Amino acid sequence: MIGTLLHYLEYPFVRYALVVGVLIALCSSLLGVTLVLKRYSFIGNGLSSVAFGAMTVATVLDMTNEMTLVLPVTVLCAVLLLSAGQRAALKGDAAVAMVSVGALAFGYMLMNIFSTSSNLSADVCSTLFGSTSILTLTIREVVLCIVLSVAVVAAFVLFYHKIFAVTFDESFAQATGTNARAYNLVIAVIVAVIIVLAMNLVGSLLISALVIFPALSAMRVHKTFLSVTICSAILSVACALAGLLVSILGGTPVGSTIVAVNAVAFGIFSLIGRLKGGVSRG
Amino acid sequence: MALLTVQDLTLGYEGRTLVSHLNFSLEEGDYLCIVGENGSGKSTLMRTILGLQPPVSGQVLFREGLKSSHVGYLPQQTPIQRDFPASVEEIVRSGFQGRCGLRPFYDREEKAMARENMERMGVLDLRDRCYRELSGGQQQRVLLARALCAARKVLLLDEPVSGLDPKATGEMYDLLEGLNREGLALIMISHDIGAALTYASHILHLGQQVFFGTREAYQNSAVGRRFVEREGDSL
Ligand SMILES: Nc1ncnc2c1ncn2[C@@H]1O[C@H](COP(=O)(O)OP(=O)(O)OP(=O)(O)O)[C@@H](O)[C@H]1O
Ligand SMILES: [Mg+2]
Repeated sequence: MIGTLLHYLEYPFVRYALVVGVLIALCSSLLGVTLVLKRYSFIGNGLSSVAFGAMTVATVLDMTNEMTLVLPVTVLCAVLLLSAGQRAALKGDAAVAMVSVGALAFGYMLMNIFSTSSNLSADVCSTLFGSTSILTLTIREVVLCIVLSVAVVAAFVLFYHKIFAVTFDESFAQATGTNARAYNLVIAVIVAVIIVLAMNLVGSLLISALVIFPALSAMRVHKTFLSVTICSAILSVACALAGLLVSILGGTPVGSTIVAVNAVAFGIFSLIGRLKGGVSRG
Repeated sequence: MALLTVQDLTLGYEGRTLVSHLNFSLEEGDYLCIVGENGSGKSTLMRTILGLQPPVSGQVLFREGLKSSHVGYLPQQTPIQRDFPASVEEIVRSGFQGRCGLRPFYDREEKAMARENMERMGVLDLRDRCYRELSGGQQQRVLLARALCAARKVLLLDEPVSGLDPKATGEMYDLLEGLNREGLALIMISHDIGAALTYASHILHLGQQVFFGTREAYQNSAVGRRFVEREGDSL
């Protein structure tokens, strides 16, 4: 098996896939805690549907670089969904659900009307569940992914304490002079970039799993914000690596394999948490 | 000029007026207690002063140079999700966030002051513990330590002793008195009229009749006497 693996690693597209997979996993786990605690677990689905809708529009318009449309549209939607949070007429999950199914329906319709491809359902399936396109990345896409990942990680580190303050107690932060609204915007933008990045890896339907599973697992065992954040980052990278390797060796679909590994990790962490809790209580 | 001036302030929700045309001011070193029945608008007033919600009309003026990053705040109920993973120390330090501006990390002085405030509130031993595993009273003290980190001029407290046992309540009042002596202006909402009449320099009474004045004036006013009697009976 090791031999097969080394053999595969000689191909650049396999190495690209591993690099991109690890980076995406790292980024997507960072804001998991914040999103779970702000009751926005499903934001990933909403935004990736938006990205899907934007992508179909870009395809119909025959744009050469789809990102120039997809990224701004997704960022805009993230800002609207996250920042209008408390005061909007539509509360959190309802708004997310509405945007999500709306954009999905719209995108699918566009694809149906304008599609030139002969195999429409395969196209749709791959956008929803993650394509094998992670294995066909060009060097340009890899570079773009690296640049965006570095930006996301840097922004997260620089805003770490502010994100904590705004997530833990938004009204206290606002009352004592932190510009909570601005930092909610920062969070929204980071989330949008992560979603657009991660869509390639696991697809629209599975993206929430990548965002929230590592955070939820880490929260079973760890009790402070810092340790949860670090643990979920490491866990997410490990699960992505394991999932990628399994899917390369076993020929399983990339996205669902990674999510399955995350689900198993969640089970293990829950068990550890239960055991630890039992010991410290008893 | 006063530290904080409330001018012709009217508060309410969706057409229902709670408090109309309120005027008062807070000087440096004042200890203002806000009293009144449940639902009379005390928390609403405090949230308006903090800029968390807009007034129906009127305004709240801070002294020039006094910014919201000089204000500490202890909310009545914190809308913190029950399952938030955060240690006591992380929470207390977040009180400094307002003064950090764009600076990404806390400096050494802030870390030392956070420690000092935890010690003062008697939660230093708990600093690595998870907030959600503490008792209600311990949580209250952690939030007060956080408020102390934020407060440089004014501290606003919404029912700081609710949920504390008599001993902790007494300690809390002593602590607040000490802070007030050191020059921190306090605004405290309280249902404990006895404590209000012991510690406060000024009283603001909200309700059908509104009263603002010194503690002595309140005790001699008709509103004050009636309220004190009724609260005394209900004890
Ligand atoms: N967000 C809101 N929307 C509409 N009405 C509200 C809102 N918040 C409070 N109210 C109403 O305003 C009134 C005053 O509320 P407030 O919380 O200011 O009272 P309070 O004086 O602090 O009472 P307590 O002593 O119980 O804390 C109440 O009748 C309440 O129902
Ligand atoms: Mg109240």
